[in-house]
Amino acid sequence: MSATETGSAATGKSGDRTGAEPAWKRVADDQMRRGAFRRTLPVWGAAFVVLMIMPLLFSSAVGVTIMNQMGISIVFALSYNMLLGQGGMLSFGHAVYFGLGGFLSVHVMNYVEYDGWWLPLPLLPFVGGLFGLAFAVPIGSFSTRRAGTVFAMISLGVGELVAACSIIFVAFFGGEEGVSGDRTMGPPVFGSEFLSEVEVYYLIAGIVLVAALFMYLFSRTPAGRMANAVRDNEERAEFVGYSQRYVRFVSFCASGFFAGMAGGLFAINYEILTEENLNLVTSGWVLLMAFIGGVGFFVGPIVGAIVLTLLQTVLSNHTELWQLYVGILFVLTVMYAPRGLTGLVAMHGPALRTGRLGILARAYGAAVVPLLAFLAGVVLLLEMGNVANQSVVGESEAHVFGLTLDVSTVAPWLVALALAAGGGYALVRLAPRLRDAFARATGQAGAAS
Amino acid sequence: MTAALQMQGVRKSFGPTEIIRGIDLEIPTGERHAIIGPNGAGKSTLFHLISGKYSKTAGRILLNGTEVTELQPYQINRMGLSRSFQITNIFPRLSVFENVRCGLLWSMGYRNSFWRLVDTERALNERAAQILDEIGLLERCDLPAGVLAYAEQRALEIGITIAGGAEVIMLDEPTAGMSHSETEGVVELIRRVTQGRTLVMVEHDMGVVFNLADRISVLVYGEIIATGTPEEVRASKAVQEAYLGAVDAGEGEAH
Amino acid sequence: MVELVIFSLLNGLVTGLLLFMLSSGLTLIFSMMGVLNFAHASFYMLGAYFAYTISTYVGFWPGLIVAPLLVGLAGALVERYGLRHVHRHGHVAELIFTFGLAFLIEEIVQFFWGKATKDYSAPELLQFPLFTLYGQNFPAYKAFMILISVGIFIGLFTVLSRTRVGLIIQAAITHPHTVSNLGHNVPLVFMGVFGVGSALAGLAGVIAGPALGTFPGMAFVLGSIVFVVIVVGGLGSLPGAFVASLLIGWLQTFAIALDWSVSDLLDILGISFDSEHVLRDLWTLSLPQVAPILPYILLVLILIFRPRGLMGKRET
Repeated sequence: MSATETGSAATGKSGDRTGAEPAWKRVADDQMRRGAFRRTLPVWGAAFVVLMIMPLLFSSAVGVTIMNQMGISIVFALSYNMLLGQGGMLSFGHAVYFGLGGFLSVHVMNYVEYDGWWLPLPLLPFVGGLFGLAFAVPIGSFSTRRAGTVFAMISLGVGELVAACSIIFVAFFGGEEGVSGDRTMGPPVFGSEFLSEVEVYYLIAGIVLVAALFMYLFSRTPAGRMANAVRDNEERAEFVGYSQRYVRFVSFCASGFFAGMAGGLFAINYEILTEENLNLVTSGWVLLMAFIGGVGFFVGPIVGAIVLTLLQTVLSNHTELWQLYVGILFVLTVMYAPRGLTGLVAMHGPALRTGRLGILARAYGAAVVPLLAFLAGVVLLLEMGNVANQSVVGESEAHVFGLTLDVSTVAPWLVALALAAGGGYALVRLAPRLRDAFARATGQAGAAS
Repeated sequence: MTAALQMQGVRKSFGPTEIIRGIDLEIPTGERHAIIGPNGAGKSTLFHLISGKYSKTAGRILLNGTEVTELQPYQINRMGLSRSFQITNIFPRLSVFENVRCGLLWSMGYRNSFWRLVDTERALNERAAQILDEIGLLERCDLPAGVLAYAEQRALEIGITIAGGAEVIMLDEPTAGMSHSETEGVVELIRRVTQGRTLVMVEHDMGVVFNLADRISVLVYGEIIATGTPEEVRASKAVQEAYLGAVDAGEGEAH
Repeated sequence: MVELVIFSLLNGLVTGLLLFMLSSGLTLIFSMMGVLNFAHASFYMLGAYFAYTISTYVGFWPGLIVAPLLVGLAGALVERYGLRHVHRHGHVAELIFTFGLAFLIEEIVQFFWGKATKDYSAPELLQFPLFTLYGQNFPAYKAFMILISVGIFIGLFTVLSRTRVGLIIQAAITHPHTVSNLGHNVPLVFMGVFGVGSALAGLAGVIAGPALGTFPGMAFVLGSIVFVVIVVGGLGSLPGAFVASLLIGWLQTFAIALDWSVSDLLDILGISFDSEHVLRDLWTLSLPQVAPILPYILLVLILIFRPRGLMGKRET
């Protein structure tokens, strides 16, 4: 930008003031129109339709089970992103609110069964949310004092503390075997006692929609906008009248509420809560979901929850190395795609708008075969390596991609090595062309030289 | 009538080093007051003390007659004092429009409410757009603030500062690093937006200072050695000896 | 009682010194680079596994030297090709990266060595009781652990206080933003510090593996405690890390050794309780039971009441 341009901008005579309506009025109207909730209604409507017809498309028991788990993960990951993506708070202990909300929901379920409490099942997640909130308030009151590393440390400490407590207090947490309940003992809702998985699916789908809607709306409130502002620059926020600590506290409590709701959904779906549900592994898993999906976007955690649940349920059936693949995916995301999977898609927005996606499609097309070869080679090497490393003597068969390979022979290793090396080499050779195509497609020609 | 800002014996030490060594200053309501002095005199430190960023080692500070010495920055801001920063201090990932809107939220009574949507509040959005118009960034309102050109970021910095309608505005080197023509624009902007308010500014550009200020204080080594109208300060022997000569010598390397 | 105190003191010293071997490296890295390395304990685990593999070929002793060097090299590579790449996205991104690395290293360890605990044991030379007190043995290997740790600290202290590099590092610890002003090759210094810190953690793994077990969860078990140590001691303070390491070492060993419970206290006070009460776990709570949570209670208390830690200068 040239000095004269910036100079004229700074002198403050922009816009066309000759019209009947002043320029600022047009901009204000424009901002309000684009931020208006009704503009997002088609998206919510589409989400509703998709949620309703999913069980018809995937009607198998496995399919419904996976979708239920996805729904729970979506609410949990979205609540996590209220901290990390929107508030700049990296938590290593978010499972605390999920787990405690879930445990208390199971206990409430048992009170419904044995003590005659009246509570329709669809309200249980809200009860779980209130419990999550009840724990978030006291913990948030001291942990939101600072963001960044300090917040991360406190969340880790609190997470470990609660996880350790869950082993000690058997009466509440049920020790090793956890606490279980029966969701069907409440008053019927529209004639349903939630005996089948599909009925539970529709309950979860409804709650997912409501929770996501409210979390989205929260991001558009003064409290939600200031959470972004404090994330960006906590000092400046203090000098426009906001206490950074209180702004974070409000987000933290809201996040605890929705995490507790996810815990309530978990209680309904699985009817059992164990120590695992509030320990560091679960806390780490929600970080993975949100980050791989993309913390900078509202839909990011939803994408992450869907993808990682699929990896967790489908991939784990095919390979015992699935967590290794998830770990590799996560580290690669942190290093090369810090805006997550959603960011990778969003990156192509400019090319789509200018109609230059075709340039990219050709470049990507050329890279597909080498990429697949490279991935296949790497996966083969890892899977065969795993068999060679782990199995008892005499057992040397690896089952990959429906093939059975004998790892004691040289041939499969050579093939795998050739695929990985050849694909990798071709990708490296193609990289400059890809970069160039991307620059041209997004109108940054010259940037990639 | 009480002064907008009063400092009584304000001191600040960092470890054994005393940076601010007893400041007594009254700035009447509606005055444009400039604080000048050589590099390292403690001008920015004084700003940080007044606005609550630093705690005070000794002394009192009163805003419109109310003591604010021990208050946090956000509390002082809510009482009607708003400041800018020497190093641009904006919300880089938010849009330009949102930067200004965030500057408005508290003062327009939205607090931390989570039951109202910012996009449905007409008065809020119109006010934000008006301020953007005022600072000349209306056409850039959808860009992330972090990608603006330097001079534009400085203008935005002023916009956020004045957005809340504070009665006392403090600007820390608003023209630093700007070209001559940019500086002229900013001076006009400051004159316009501080109409009817109290302005306290730190500034190195003597042209800007003598152009804008009603009164000037000269800060040297943590002490105010002179306060008065531009003419008085220009004529003061002490100032010439202690400071003006130094500035002339150092102007070339000023940023 | 006397032998209980003596043995707890010695065992706590072993744990504490081990913790300090990890927390000193972590503190060095944090002070200089601002990075809280979540994967620090993973390097400790790598040390144990490397040493185990080396020991299956050439015995324990070469591993004592080679394994930490390999871990240090791995650390330096991680800094050079991973962390440095993420650095521009800020400290939170770095923390997320090291978290992912910890996750990944655990999976990699399982890939190469499997899930089962490895038979990595102390060298036969050290498999004898050093002394016997009131019928209880103190193994020579634990004395060896103390010896190694103390030796390392003397070495570390000498390097920090006597050499040029040490002075640069010290300056960087007390004034974190000045390193770049010193005109040194900052990236190289960072890589070196990260490598040395990792090597220290690796050495801790080499000597702790035979005593505490070599299994894929060993990083997880110790990792969080090490974080507690450096926060309690005060982020960026080496003396603080030392004091906190010993404090937590003794806290845990004494809590396990002293079998006191709430019910004992209630008996003394003459209060009886209903064994079916909802809060029955609270009444029967004993010190060995709460031993694992004591460090975290300490952490939360410190963060609330003394945020800069026991000896930290900077507010965390």
